[in-house]
Amino acid sequence: MAENGIGASVRRKEDNRFLTGKGNYTDDINVVGQTYAYFVRSPYAHAILNSIDTSAASASDGVVAVLTGDDLAEDGIGPLICGVNVTSDDGEPHRAPLHPALAQGKVNYVGDHVAVVIAESLAQAKDAAEKVSIDYEELPAVASTATAAEENQQQIHDIAPNNMCYNWPFGDKAAVDAVFETAHKISTLDLINNRMVTNPMEPRAAAGEYNSGTEEITLHVTTQNPHVHRLILSAFNQLAPEHKLRVVGPDVGGGFGVKIFVYAEELVVGWACRKLNRPVKWTSDRTEAFLADAHGRDHVATAEMALDDQGKFLAMRVNTTANLGAYLSTFSTMVPSYLYAFLLAGQYTTPLIYSEVKAVFTNTAPVDAARGAGRPEATYLLERLVDVCAEDMGLDPAEIRRRNFIPVEAFPYQTPVVQCYDSGDYPAALEKALQLADYDGFAARAEEAKSRGMLRGIGLSSYVEACGIAPSAAVGQLGAGVGLWESAQVRFNPTGNVQVFTGTHSHGQGHETTFAQLVTEQLGVPIENIEVIHGDTAKTQFGMGTYGSRSLAVGGVAIAKACEKLIEKGKKIAAHALEAAEGDIEFADGDFTVAGTDKAMNIAEVAFNAYVPHSYPEGLEPGFDENAFFDPLNFSFPAGTHVCEVEVDPETGEVEIVKYSAVDDFGKLINPMIVEGQVHGGIVHGVGQALLEGCQYDDDGQLITASYMDYAMPRADNVPSFDVDYAPTNPPHNPLGVKGCGEAGAIGAPPAVINAISNALGVKHIDMPATPEAVWRAAQSAA
Amino acid sequence: MQTISMNINGVSVSGEVEDRTLLVQFLRENLRLTGTHVGCDTSQCGACVVHVDGVSVKSCTILAVQSDGCEVVTIEGLATGSHLHPMQQAFKDNHGLQCGFCTPGMVMSAIDIVNRNGCDVDEATVRKELEGNICRCTGYHNIVKSVQAGAKNMGG
Repeated sequence: MAENGIGASVRRKEDNRFLTGKGNYTDDINVVGQTYAYFVRSPYAHAILNSIDTSAASASDGVVAVLTGDDLAEDGIGPLICGVNVTSDDGEPHRAPLHPALAQGKVNYVGDHVAVVIAESLAQAKDAAEKVSIDYEELPAVASTATAAEENQQQIHDIAPNNMCYNWPFGDKAAVDAVFETAHKISTLDLINNRMVTNPMEPRAAAGEYNSGTEEITLHVTTQNPHVHRLILSAFNQLAPEHKLRVVGPDVGGGFGVKIFVYAEELVVGWACRKLNRPVKWTSDRTEAFLADAHGRDHVATAEMALDDQGKFLAMRVNTTANLGAYLSTFSTMVPSYLYAFLLAGQYTTPLIYSEVKAVFTNTAPVDAARGAGRPEATYLLERLVDVCAEDMGLDPAEIRRRNFIPVEAFPYQTPVVQCYDSGDYPAALEKALQLADYDGFAARAEEAKSRGMLRGIGLSSYVEACGIAPSAAVGQLGAGVGLWESAQVRFNPTGNVQVFTGTHSHGQGHETTFAQLVTEQLGVPIENIEVIHGDTAKTQFGMGTYGSRSLAVGGVAIAKACEKLIEKGKKIAAHALEAAEGDIEFADGDFTVAGTDKAMNIAEVAFNAYVPHSYPEGLEPGFDENAFFDPLNFSFPAGTHVCEVEVDPETGEVEIVKYSAVDDFGKLINPMIVEGQVHGGIVHGVGQALLEGCQYDDDGQLITASYMDYAMPRADNVPSFDVDYAPTNPPHNPLGVKGCGEAGAIGAPPAVINAISNALGVKHIDMPATPEAVWRAAQSAA
Repeated sequence: MQTISMNINGVSVSGEVEDRTLLVQFLRENLRLTGTHVGCDTSQCGACVVHVDGVSVKSCTILAVQSDGCEVVTIEGLATGSHLHPMQQAFKDNHGLQCGFCTPGMVMSAIDIVNRNGCDVDEATVRKELEGNICRCTGYHNIVKSVQAGAKNMGG
C-alpha cells in the first residue's frame, strides 16, 4: 500500500480551508455591482392569481426590477421539468403539470414563487417585496397524502384527474394473491413514512453574472451536479446555450439530495442577471428552505407478508400512496417507484412481491429524493414488517431474519423486483452486529432497567440499498432522460504534480482526499502533489454529479481508468527515453523501469519528458493527460445490520438511545475515517426521522413546521456515540471493489429505532416520529 | 446610519451601519469576513457563533451597534499563520467536520465550552453544551471527540 493510499485514514485535504473560515460557499461570493433578489411567495396553498400590481414595489428605494411570470414567459424561459418517466397503469406517461418558475395564473403551495424583487441591497428588496400587491382568490387545499386521490377532493391540476400523477403496479398480482390464499400466516402492517425537510446546513443560493462581451452567463449555485444543472437550464429552460452557460458549484454546505434539483430561484437568477445586465445574488433563508426546498419521504402504506409454518417469507404485497407535492421536482417520479419498489426484497429470499404505488399531487412543496431516496422508505416498511412477522410467529427477530436471508452462495442474486444483487454476506453482518450490540446480554439489561421503572427495547434492521447510481442502460430502460456514467481526467503538469478533474461533486464527502488517495496508490505521486478539482463546468469535463452514493463506485473507477491510461502512455514515453522496448517497461510505485535493469524514470520525469518532446518519433504523442468515462454493468448493493437499544421512560415518553451498533458491507474502504463519518451522519439523519423530525401541514396547506423552532433537528444531546464495524464482501463488477456508504445510516436507522421502541413498549407499531408524546400515549395504551 | 468601531481579530475596524444591521451582516457584508455563516433565521443553528469580549455569541442575535467598542474574534482570527488553533487541529485530526458549513460556529462554541468547563470536560457536558449548534453531516460523534481532544490540546 502506498503511504496515504487505499485503506489509510488520511486527514482531509479540504479541512484547513473550512476550519479557518476560508471556504467559498455561494453566499460568500460578492462581485462589484451585485444586486440582491428576494422572492415574493404565495401565502396560500391553493389560489388563483387574479392580478399582480408591482408599481409600488418598483418605485421603492433601491429597486432595480420587479419581475413576474409574465416577464418570464415573454422571454421564452421554459418551465421546470421532471426528467424520469413512469408509465401509469393506463399505459399513459405520468401526469406532468406545467411548472413555471414564477407562477402564471395560479399558485399551488405555500411558498410558491409569485414574483422576484431585485434591488441594490437585500433589505431594500425585502422592503419592496412587501409592496407587491397581489389579488389571490383562495381555493380549497389538498394537504393530506392519504386522501388526496379521493373523489371529493379539490382538483389541483387539470391534467391530473383525482390528483393522480401515476398508479404504478409492479409484480404478478395473481400469483402473489394465490400464495396469500393458502399461506400459514399473514402478517400485516399499516404505516406512515413521515415527511422530512432535508435541511443541509447551508441554505440554497444562486449568484448569476452576465458578461455582455462574451454573452456568457456564470451561475454559482448550491448544486450537487453542475453539469446536470447546466444541461437542464440550457436544453429545457432555454436559459442560454450550453457553451454560453457556466455553472459552478463551489463549496457546498451539505446536499443530501436536496441540491440535485433545478429550482425556480436558480433559473430566475440566471435569467435576471442577463436581462438586467447586473450580477444578481439570491440566498434562501431557513424559512424559505422549509417552504420551497424539495421535501423527502411522505408515504402512507400497507404491507402484508405471507409466511409458511417455519416463518419463511412466501410472498409480499405492498400498497403505497406517495405524496409528490404540488409539482414534479427534477427526479421526483422515480423515487417512490424505481428506487422504492425495486428494493422491497431487502436481504430476503421472498420469491414473489407485488407492489402498487399511487403517486399523488397535493398543495404542498414538491417532494423528491432525500438521503436514501426510496430506499429508506422500502427498508423501513420491510424491516418493520419483518418484526411484526417475528412477533406473529413467536420467533426472535434475529432468527426470522436468519431463516429468510439470501444465502452467501446465491450471489449474484436475482430478486423478483428487477435488481440483481452483486455480493453480500448478510448472516455475517447480522452475527457481527449482534455481537457488537451484546444481543445475548439484552435480557439482563432489560431486567435491570425494569428495576428502575424504565423500559428497555432492542431493535434490528437488516437493510440493502442500491448505490453507485448508474448504469446507463438500466436507468435508460426505466425512463431516465440521462445516462448515468461518470467521467474523470487526470492531468500531469510538466513539473510533475497532478490535477484530477472529476465529474462528481463533493459537498462534505471528502472527495478531495479520497480521490487523491486513489491516485497516489495507483501512480505513486505524493498525495500533497495531487489536487482534485470538481464543480465547475468551465474546468471539468461533463459529469453527472453526486447522489445515490455513486461518487466513488462510479466516479472513482473513472479516475482509476484514466490513471491506467497514463501508465500505458508512460510506458511508451519511458521506452523511448530509456531506449528500451515498450514491452520491457514495468511500472510500480511511481517508477517506470526497464525490466531486469536499474534503468528507471520516475513518473514525474516522464511527465516532464512528455511536455518537452524534442526527439519524439512519429506516432508518439506529446502530453501526459488522460480522460476516461466509466459506465458500470450494475448498481452496487451495500448492506448491513444495525442494532439499536433504547430505554424508554414510560412516565414521560422520552426515548434514550443507549447503544447503537452498525455493521455494514461497503466493499473495500478507501479512507476508513471518512467512511465512518458518513455512517455516523447517516445514522443520525435516520434517528432524526425516527424520533424527532416531522414536516407538518395543516388542513389548509399551511406549513406549521417552518423553522428550527418548530421542526426538531437532531442535536448533539439527542444521540449517543456509535459502534461501527464492517463485514465487507467484494462486488465483482466494480473494478475498485467499492460499494458506496453515504446513505446507509439514513436507511438502516429508522426501522432499527422504531423496532427497538416497539420492543420496549410491547406494541405492534408506533409511527415516526416517535416523539415523547406519541411514545407516552403508546406506553399508556400498552399498559 | 451609525458609525461603529470594534476590534476584530486584533485589528481595529470601523464602519457605517443601519440600526437594523446584525453583527453577522456587518462581518459578512461590510468586512467580507465570510467564515461566519448564517444557517437559520431563528438563532437556532449556531453557524454564526463568534466571540464577543471573550464569550460565545450568536452573531445573528445581536445588532452590530451593540458590538460597538467590543473585541470580536471570528473563525478567521484563531489560527496563527498556518498554525491551527488547538481546537481547529482537533477537528481536523478527529474528522469533526464534513461539509464545513457549521464548522466555524462549532469551533467557536467548542472553545467557549472549554473556557467555561475546563480541559477535562466530559462527553455528556459537551453534548449538552453543543445543543445550540446544529450539524447535519457528522452525527456529532466526531464533533464530540474533537471537542474533547481540543480541550486536552488547549490545556497544553
